[in-house]
Amino acid sequence: MTTTLVIGIDGSPASKRALAHGQRLSKLIGDCTLMLVYVIEWSPYTFQSAEENEQRHNRREEEIHVAKSRVLDPMIKELAADGFKAECKVRHGNAAEILNAVAVENHAEQIIIARGSEGGIASRFFGTVSVKLATSASVPVTIVS
Amino acid sequence: MTRRLLIPVALVHLFAFSVTALAQEGAEAGGIDAAVNDVFSVATGWFVSFIFSNLPGTSFPWIVLWLVVGATIFTVYFGFIQFRAFKHAIQLVKGDYSDPNDAGEVSHFQALATALSGTVGLGNIAGVAVAIGIGGPGATFWMILAGLMGMASKFTECTLGVKYRNEFPNGTVSGGPMYYMEKGFKERGMPGGRFLAVLFAIFCILGSLGGGNMFQANQAHAQLANIFGDFPGWITGIVFAAVVFAVIVGGIKSIARVTEKVVPFMGVLYVVAALIIILANIDQIGVAFGRIFEGAFTGLGVAGGLVGALIQGFRRAAFSNEAGVGSAAIAHSAVKTKEPITEGFVSLLEPFIDTVVICTMTALVIIISDQLITDANGMFILNDDGTTIQTVGDTSGVALTSAAFATAFSWFPIVLAIAVILFAFSTMLSWSYYGLKAWTYLFGEGKTKEIVFKVTFCIFVVIGAAASLGPVIDFSDAAIFAMAVVNIAALYVLMPIVKRELNSYWSRLKSGEIKRYAGSSTKRTQPAE
Repeated sequence: MTTTLVIGIDGSPASKRALAHGQRLSKLIGDCTLMLVYVIEWSPYTFQSAEENEQRHNRREEEIHVAKSRVLDPMIKELAADGFKAECKVRHGNAAEILNAVAVENHAEQIIIARGSEGGIASRFFGTVSVKLATSASVPVTIVS
Repeated sequence: MTRRLLIPVALVHLFAFSVTALAQEGAEAGGIDAAVNDVFSVATGWFVSFIFSNLPGTSFPWIVLWLVVGATIFTVYFGFIQFRAFKHAIQLVKGDYSDPNDAGEVSHFQALATALSGTVGLGNIAGVAVAIGIGGPGATFWMILAGLMGMASKFTECTLGVKYRNEFPNGTVSGGPMYYMEKGFKERGMPGGRFLAVLFAIFCILGSLGGGNMFQANQAHAQLANIFGDFPGWITGIVFAAVVFAVIVGGIKSIARVTEKVVPFMGVLYVVAALIIILANIDQIGVAFGRIFEGAFTGLGVAGGLVGALIQGFRRAAFSNEAGVGSAAIAHSAVKTKEPITEGFVSLLEPFIDTVVICTMTALVIIISDQLITDANGMFILNDDGTTIQTVGDTSGVALTSAAFATAFSWFPIVLAIAVILFAFSTMLSWSYYGLKAWTYLFGEGKTKEIVFKVTFCIFVVIGAAASLGPVIDFSDAAIFAMAVVNIAALYVLMPIVKRELNSYWSRLKSGEIKRYAGSSTKRTQPAE
């Protein structure tokens, strides 16, 4: 039975370090699927204007398309070329909650995220997200420095 | 956030500077206000007279009866849905029934918040003061009752708004009474849908220029004049019009975005301040409610007695929460849901928050702070013209609310001035959107057509700020109520469709067919593919 590793990706150099760690583990494990998850921060409780609401569906589709085409698809292509089994998902919501939910849904063995000084990754996977995951995730969490 | 908050504060400072510079010149040109007022009064007088004409042989305006009867019929027809579905509405707003696959789309909360930003505003601050100033504390009772009944009207129109909205090939959605009138009537095989839709669109444009624009500019100016001293209204109008122009024509979204984020904070601040005053005077709450109930059925000497209090209560409630007016159906229609009725449930919270909670708080603060002058027998003393109650400092509208809050917090007029400016601005942006939707329904989509409406909208900002309160408030009411005349008529025809939706949804909810997702919607995810 294949082992699934969930890896938090946001396109930053730090998240590439998380992916690199996942690749190392994958080689050690053998039969392993890398599940790349890109979370677009979103809350159903924000305030928007009527015009923003009108355009929201389009914006959502664009956000998903950009994340897939610019970040995830090239990574998946590269991983496949290197002989790794990999899948990807783009989700809207809270990063820590989504990563945990995807891990549970896919019976993943662990979640791998990175911390770094870069703004993007710092805001997404460091601080509240990594602490929240480390303290409340349903599966083991590796935080790559 | 700090940077965001700096922008409105900076705008106020900029405004203060402009006022000081222009006041001297403006004083000489003060005649402009009078000229605008005269022309405006003459131009709109006939329309106002028609809308507010009394039923033959009575002193009761037919339009108030129209609203009361409409709200009552919807309440009874849907089996007091505002009470039955209240808990479910809160569950929907919390996201308990939101499909995880819809994460990233417009949530029920967002649709409600957007609609509320268009309704919570000056109606809650100035409108309540106007109602109490004319109708006495008793007007509050009728206002609350109107708010509770209006929940059923809102439920009906917003369900239809989502059901018959347009989903365009480019992914945008657009809805409102124009669409449910046209499509709904067609579906029921009834004629006249298109006619009503056109009529509604015309009144919606007038409403967006009146209550959604001029009244806001007028009361924002009143509050600024209260702080900086009297100066010509056209100065406020030009500054406001320039900022509105920058957003709706110039496309400077950042101003709108900041407003959308700051306004809820101002709303919370307003409610907290009111709560503090109410709690600090908790021993007077019983007396205040006593005056509200007594005034509701006796009038306590106000002009028109019981009927006067009732008319004012219903007028201001309708103006504040817009139930039955149809505007909310435009705002709510962008929600992502497979069940239109769910947005109907969510929308019924709107009059509750707006009128039953916030308006009541304003009313209690005004009553508790003893702004209304009474004689030794507890009867209100009227002004010389016998139409309004005498107040401490002879204030009315937003100035009366400001004075009431100032009795507890001397600095509150400054906060209220910022809140009024932001509320006014936010409501203007919302109504410019509603008006534009009606405009494009009538004339079709197109850049030039949209610009024509937007520039007209900005011109009316100046007129609204320059005209005196009386003619502006009358025209604003008349335009909003004219929308309600057409909308409620259409709702009578279409309410069986809502009933069908309601029965179907309710039975599926009871049987468990409608799935409840555990926890908050932020915990849920959706597949991208």
